[in-house]
Amino acid sequence: MEKKWEEMSAVEKREARFETWMSAAGVQFHNPKAEANYKAAVTRFKDIVQMEKVPDRVPVLPFGIFMQPHLYGVTPYEAMYDTEKMLSAQLSFIKDYGPDYYTTPVLVGYGKIFDILDYKQYKLPGHGISEKSVYQYVEDEYMLADEYPALIQDPTDFWLRTLMPRAYGALDPLKMIAPFTDMWEVVLVSTQMIPFGIPPVQAALKALLDAGNEAMAWIQKIMGFEMQARGMGCPGCFGGATKAPFDILGDTLRGTRATMLDMYRRPDMVLKAVERLTPLAISQGVRGATMQGCPVVFIPLHKGADGFMSDAQFKEFYWPTLKTVILGLAAEGCVPFLFCEGSYNTRLEYLKELPEASCMWIFDRTDMTRVKEAIGKKICIGGNVPSGLLLTGTPEEIKAYCRNLIDVAGKGGGYLMCTGTAMDEGKADNVHAMIDFTKEYGVYK
Amino acid sequence: MAEDLVSALADLEEKEAGKIVEDRLNAGEDPLKILDDARRALEIVGERFASGEYFIPDLLYSGEILKGITAMVKPRLSKTTAVRRLGKIVFGTVAGDIHDIGKDIVVFMLDVNGFEVYDLGVDVPAEKFVEKIKETGAGIVGLSGFLTLAFESMKQTIQAIKYAGLRDKVKIMIGGGQIDEQVRGFAGADAYGKDAIDAVNLAKSWIGG
Repeated sequence: MEKKWEEMSAVEKREARFETWMSAAGVQFHNPKAEANYKAAVTRFKDIVQMEKVPDRVPVLPFGIFMQPHLYGVTPYEAMYDTEKMLSAQLSFIKDYGPDYYTTPVLVGYGKIFDILDYKQYKLPGHGISEKSVYQYVEDEYMLADEYPALIQDPTDFWLRTLMPRAYGALDPLKMIAPFTDMWEVVLVSTQMIPFGIPPVQAALKALLDAGNEAMAWIQKIMGFEMQARGMGCPGCFGGATKAPFDILGDTLRGTRATMLDMYRRPDMVLKAVERLTPLAISQGVRGATMQGCPVVFIPLHKGADGFMSDAQFKEFYWPTLKTVILGLAAEGCVPFLFCEGSYNTRLEYLKELPEASCMWIFDRTDMTRVKEAIGKKICIGGNVPSGLLLTGTPEEIKAYCRNLIDVAGKGGGYLMCTGTAMDEGKADNVHAMIDFTKEYGVYK
Repeated sequence: MAEDLVSALADLEEKEAGKIVEDRLNAGEDPLKILDDARRALEIVGERFASGEYFIPDLLYSGEILKGITAMVKPRLSKTTAVRRLGKIVFGTVAGDIHDIGKDIVVFMLDVNGFEVYDLGVDVPAEKFVEKIKETGAGIVGLSGFLTLAFESMKQTIQAIKYAGLRDKVKIMIGGGQIDEQVRGFAGADAYGKDAIDAVNLAKSWIGG
């Protein structure tokens, strides 16, 4: 008899999640070779994560957001507004370049939705920046210094009635509604509804409906692409996504500057806030992995990189809650995919605290020899192909770089060949060189 | 007393530094002396950053504390006070890129180290750099960028400077998240700096400060 989910161990849960990913439910493989390629790619991924056996070869993920469209002459503006055009480039990329996995085009987002909501936290291509520029975060204090207690008391209410009105122009009227926890029993239901009769609030709700309709049309196209890509033998490699709690505070709420200053001016509030956000971050990652049928949870890391804070600050403000998120995801059978842009040379001692085969770390500018030595024998590592080299170097230079990575970081398995950063552009010959060379030289004998 | 402000600011003791400045102003001290102490403190902050004791948040915080001190001192300053400057630098985040945190820190450190910095802001077209170099006669240009598309913008900016006949009149440094020696060669800059202190050292070596 099959065990109930809650009775399973973390290892059993992860096994079940990998099985779901491997089963490719609903996918029509184009031919037997495509099916074999899909399964080989998932098996390879599982091997590098589990660290129990050496995979057949080093798997390769050219991590791109706007890179695939760029390689086919599709601008960031077009990629965000002409979904068909963007997806057609994504499919061509899989066909022409043969990566082991695709990075989901969900990361590109859909321009119309941002327009309807009047999103203010990012500048989008063609809106105050060039159509050739990618979306870029607008640094600001979306949560004010004196709002920590409100966030800590009830994050969801804070998002709904404070952050969303501020970050999305069309949702500004949501600040007029009352907390939904006010709505207990018969005597208060009628009064709770009053704000929903106010025309601006209704306009905000209408914006949500309109955005929802656009989102539904968009996700159907995306799903069409995803099934097609899998049918061609290329699995997507992300299930869910989440963030380090400190990054939610630093990126989404307070902005970089204010968060850095808060570590001096209101350290207790920072600590309470990140602790409050931790279970929400775990839950978000687990739900995504379950919904997508893939155990891998993408976690882009930002404010904890070398230089961005001292060792003492990392130890106090950043690491404890990130570690809890990693362990919490792993306990649910997920595979946290820590995407570590910048460098992490001074943080490697902390990473040693993580249990064997509990997650994977993809690096940008960290010294891979030291990484392999510090954690690479018990935790999957990857990345380190530099964007500068990929965009300005030659195929020969790329091959030499990848050869060294395979020799050093790939030794004995547990390594994913991957770009060090999420690429927005590409140089065709160099992307080919990275993929083809890995497939050829990265075979384990 | 003087030592107290230097160490309070260098140790990032915001409240203490503010209190000392208030007391000294109330005692009728020359505000320039206070600013001089603040500058000495920022030098120590820079040294601590260079030696790996301080990090980006410490630089930001020291800047915040200095901002507060300057605001307190400013009303007492006479308008004729001239500050000796080492040299002029035109600085900006290149076209297509709106990131400014790194740029702002570098501009701040160059400023407190005695350079006159013309900060053109973000998403700066190549022509604007050229115009500003002509207008100011600056001998140093700093190009900042966080995105990979900045590689190409930096290259184009440097080419525009060359076409304007200014390339041999300026030294050009680049920096930002994905910038490295490889990109420096591609863009045709004179040097790449990995942080604000690198930028200060480069500028000093070029202008001889």
